[in-house]
Amino acid sequence: MTGALPVPDPAAGWPHGRRFTSVFRARAGDARDALRSVKQALRRAGIDPVRAGEVEIALTEAVNNVVEHAYGDPDAGFVRMNLTLRGGVLKVRLSDTGRPMPGECLPAGHPANLAVPRGMLPEGGFGWFLIRTLADDVRHERHNGTNTLSLQFRL
Amino acid sequence: MRVVSVHADRIDAAAVVRFKEDMRNAIQGASGRVILDLSAVAFIDSSGLGAIVASMKRMPEGQRLDLAGLTPIVEKVFRLTRMDTVFRLFPSTDAALRTQAA
Repeated sequence: MTGALPVPDPAAGWPHGRRFTSVFRARAGDARDALRSVKQALRRAGIDPVRAGEVEIALTEAVNNVVEHAYGDPDAGFVRMNLTLRGGVLKVRLSDTGRPMPGECLPAGHPANLAVPRGMLPEGGFGWFLIRTLADDVRHERHNGTNTLSLQFRL
Repeated sequence: MRVVSVHADRIDAAAVVRFKEDMRNAIQGASGRVILDLSAVAFIDSSGLGAIVASMKRMPEGQRLDLAGLTPIVEKVFRLTRMDTVFRLFPSTDAALRTQAA
């Protein structure tokens, strides 16, 4: 036995070193399972639980958008989620072969207007605001029929 | 007054249809104030948030929906979206019960 303790690797337990990949069908139940596995992977990587919670919120909203808008039908295609952890930055690439973004650009993600009577309060439209608030960088591209959303989180 | 407790660890897109239905049944016939105990809920997304707003909007005039026992991520979603200005948030059901329905 050597006396030295192993240096904790922030990505320990991630399959394929510092990368984590999940491919799932764009349905709410499959998306939930995939997001649960990401949450566990973030925990294994030793990421601060508060920041990991913020990442989980943003990724859930991004995946919901793909499930509901890019596909949004019973014959939903597949979603690929790639996470890469390096130098205190988590990069996430979310790809689908569904419909393009309206206008092929990212929604601005303004905060919802709550200064309205109770009966008019918004029941949706919070997703892009949450993504833009919690991620440090948000990019989207469409190439050869594939949408790719790239998110970066400083940890 | 009625306390409704959510027995689920996530209110997300996969849960939202069932959640709305359960809320409709749980709130039906309540008078005055309903306290929604969220202490078992570790995660909510914007569709879950929308479902809570929808449940509140469906309540008759004069009724109110207060939220209690929000765990850290759930509270963060309410604060970031400013929904903490729409609902009264209490650290626990007991704390909510100690406060008059104003």
